[in-house]
Amino acid sequence: MRTRLQELTAEAQRTQKMHGENKGVNALTLLTLFVALVLLAPAAMAQSGKSYAITGAKIYTLAGPPIANGTIVIKDGKIAAVGANVSVPSGAQVINAKGLEVYPGLFNAVTEVGLVEVGSGEPGTVDTNELGDYNPQVAAAVAVHVESEHIPVVRASGITHTVSAPGGGVISGQASLIHLAGWVIDDLLGKKSAAMVLNWPSLSTRPTFDFATFQVRRRPFSEAKQDYEKKVAEMENWLERARHYAQAAEKGSKDNFSRDEKLEALAPVVKGEMPVLVMTNDDRDIKNAVEFCEKQKLKMILAGGREAWKVKDLLKQKSIPVILKRTQALPANEDEPYDKPYSGPGELAAAGVKIAFATFDTEFARTLPYEAGHAVSYGLSHDDALRAVTINPAQIFGVDKELGTLEQGKIANLIVTNGDPLEIQTEVRYLFIKGQLTSTDNKHRQLYEKYRARP
Amino acid sequence: MKTTSATEAQRHRGNTMQDKTLRGVLALALVAALLPAPAGAQSSSVTVIQNGTILTVTKGTIEKGSILIRDGKIAEVGKNIKTPAGATVIDASGMYVTPGLIDCHSHIAIEGSVNEGSVAVSSMVAVADVLDPTDIDIYRELAGGTTTSNVLHGSANPIGGLNAVIKHRWGKGAKELLFEGAPPGIKFALGENPKRSNFRPPAGFPQRYPNTRMGVMDVIRQAFIEAREYKKSWDAYNKRVAAGEKSAIPPRRNLKLEPLVEVLEGKRYVHSHGYRADELRQLLLLAEGFGFKVRTFQHVLEGYKIAKEMAMHGVGGSTFSDWWAYKNEAYDAIPYNAAIMTKYGVVVSINSDSAEEARHLNQEAAKTMKYGGLTATEALKLVTINPAIQLGIDKRVGSIEAGKDADLVIWDKHPLSVYAVAQKSLIDGAVYFDRKKDIEQRAEIAKEKKALLEKEKKPAEPAKKESGPGRPPGAAGKAPEKKPAEAKKPPMNAAGGAR
Repeated sequence: MRTRLQELTAEAQRTQKMHGENKGVNALTLLTLFVALVLLAPAAMAQSGKSYAITGAKIYTLAGPPIANGTIVIKDGKIAAVGANVSVPSGAQVINAKGLEVYPGLFNAVTEVGLVEVGSGEPGTVDTNELGDYNPQVAAAVAVHVESEHIPVVRASGITHTVSAPGGGVISGQASLIHLAGWVIDDLLGKKSAAMVLNWPSLSTRPTFDFATFQVRRRPFSEAKQDYEKKVAEMENWLERARHYAQAAEKGSKDNFSRDEKLEALAPVVKGEMPVLVMTNDDRDIKNAVEFCEKQKLKMILAGGREAWKVKDLLKQKSIPVILKRTQALPANEDEPYDKPYSGPGELAAAGVKIAFATFDTEFARTLPYEAGHAVSYGLSHDDALRAVTINPAQIFGVDKELGTLEQGKIANLIVTNGDPLEIQTEVRYLFIKGQLTSTDNKHRQLYEKYRARP
Repeated sequence: MKTTSATEAQRHRGNTMQDKTLRGVLALALVAALLPAPAGAQSSSVTVIQNGTILTVTKGTIEKGSILIRDGKIAEVGKNIKTPAGATVIDASGMYVTPGLIDCHSHIAIEGSVNEGSVAVSSMVAVADVLDPTDIDIYRELAGGTTTSNVLHGSANPIGGLNAVIKHRWGKGAKELLFEGAPPGIKFALGENPKRSNFRPPAGFPQRYPNTRMGVMDVIRQAFIEAREYKKSWDAYNKRVAAGEKSAIPPRRNLKLEPLVEVLEGKRYVHSHGYRADELRQLLLLAEGFGFKVRTFQHVLEGYKIAKEMAMHGVGGSTFSDWWAYKNEAYDAIPYNAAIMTKYGVVVSINSDSAEEARHLNQEAAKTMKYGGLTATEALKLVTINPAIQLGIDKRVGSIEAGKDADLVIWDKHPLSVYAVAQKSLIDGAVYFDRKKDIEQRAEIAKEKKALLEKEKKPAEPAKKESGPGRPPGAAGKAPEKKPAEAKKPPMNAAGGAR
């Protein structure tokens, strides 16, 4: 969708073209643009410095017990105050939220939002997979399509930020934390290098569809093992070189130092500063990845984790958090209990493993609350489920000082709802992203309004 | 041709079905110790579900109500029902009871590929010929409250194969899965899948006509021109026979055209996959030109754009709750679709097209309350009575009313909540899924699996036979030759596409 500003800009450019003799920018165009900028800027980008007070709401801070009749003050993009006895500062826009509830904005821990517009792979609309197996130098934030129609759709479900991740190859690139509102990437960017994506080479021999032969094919184990060992050796080699590189960058002579973007990107990984988002699912692969990361002293986040429940004790012991891919999934094997993917999150939480939920895609990113809610029906506590879509992922990506709970000083990403945010019928009434009151309007609502009014 | 050949066609399919069942019986014998016996076998012929909140769908809600089930049918529904002596009593205190959910778009229980994608018109093939009663998804969906499914051919062809409406009678043979008396149907498909936008055959394999939406419509039109001629030749023949002519030679049978003649005669439902408003509109115009009706549009993600025309034609809409943008033709999909179509008077259902989604159709229906403001009853209709109407089985299922099949689900919470979990699913009055029993038997199944694995390591011994009645599927509920679930279903797009 084009914004009104874009339309006006285009219109201004057309006007300018028509008056070809006028090489300079005419005053009218400038004026139009100025007016557009000032008057038509959506609420998402209201004047910074504007303050808000949400009053009378039940506030679930997730940093303590809920506040029955509380107030939150938002100023300069941050939570300025939260509590039962907070006074409303003068000049603040007051949102009377009596009967409503306030929660931290939901965090979809891994998606492809901004990188994929049309899932089936319309080439012009997909920016997830670079060529080659080792691309640590690429970062999702660089390709995030700020005007993607998905962004307003996803945030209308109360999701205020996400980690958008590249895919493909072995080391796919850097996943970036983005806020789901803004004019340019600068507005959206939360943390460009939130994690390095590593597609763990699987030893799985599960049958897959082979496009080359156009048949379902089960890989022989010998082939899987050969491929696995080759890739592990390659990964070791990359990490080893990154270590040398990091050392040379710190201590070596500047004259003899030639820059290598890939090794440079891996340096914070081998130093344990940037976590590695290890994408893998089967228990054997998870165990191998854990062993590898321990040996290489990498900070591992398990992503996917379909069979994480099988190795929950190991994950607990090694303090490895898990970002779970869609709860609403079929069991991995026919002989598993029918509800295993539903009960797995509860089992992990009960074992003391830190979990977060994610959809790992774009088109279903808005269904995050139901993935968490569904796990509650099968054993996860509601509190743990709520934490798994707010503070837990913030901790996993090391941004819990800024996000994840409603506490003074944190970024004001929050939602005002008419009930439990994990329940299907709940509506998001107000949405704040980086302290800005943000519209929940989107392409879907616009088409709805248009066609329900069809004469 | 009339009924003679139609019956023959059915008989022909029936035979295949019997072969299939025979093979099934053999397989059952071989793994007798392993397959779970149908839980329903244990039920007595009179059952009473007591003290539940009964969401009848068509006759309102009954608090603390009871349902009397006799011989597989609902005998009585109400507040004050006397429990006959000897009846099995199911206590539903604090629980909710709904009709069994109906999925109007499924691809479960199909052996092998869902697409006969080699030809553009595959109306000679039938899902009923390849029903796989051991597909674990039948049970998994029961555990989510789905008791009836419209099992469709894939969408690789403008005119696809014949469908099979099944009840999830887990543990029974292929033939007993079939919903007796359900009107026959056929799958059509429009747009990207039949023109194969998201799929190219590998080198060495020829491309297949059509390649555009123009071609898709041409294939369908051409097929009906042929079907009309074919019908004419049979009509002429039947007329001569009726007139007493003994030497009349019947036309050569054409199994591809027979189902299309049935469509022309209004005896077979067209369930057409389609996304964009333009292609949906074109099919309605084509159908009206040939004098037949399209029974349902499947997916129909832009149905909201032509809801008026759909209502005028009388075509039903069977759609997703909130899927969008997974391909180009789904880019204008909106979650308000079901609500808009409903408000224009279209009979709307929410379907799954996915063995997972069919495990929580209740949740999918609930989304229409958030998107478009449908009432709780309107939302429930989308997965009960409405798909029943679309499939022509609403006299039998889709609501809780005396005289209907006792296909019921008992939930621990209101089924339109994300927190609702199906506790029991009944078909024809028999309990086919019982969550408590399922959980209780997991340890036993794990033990049995372990024992089987140990046994595998030892030299072969003669198989021991033992039966485990009422056992839910697990390690033991699996035919040994079957591949994992992923094995039989390649990515839908790769195989020509189901979605």
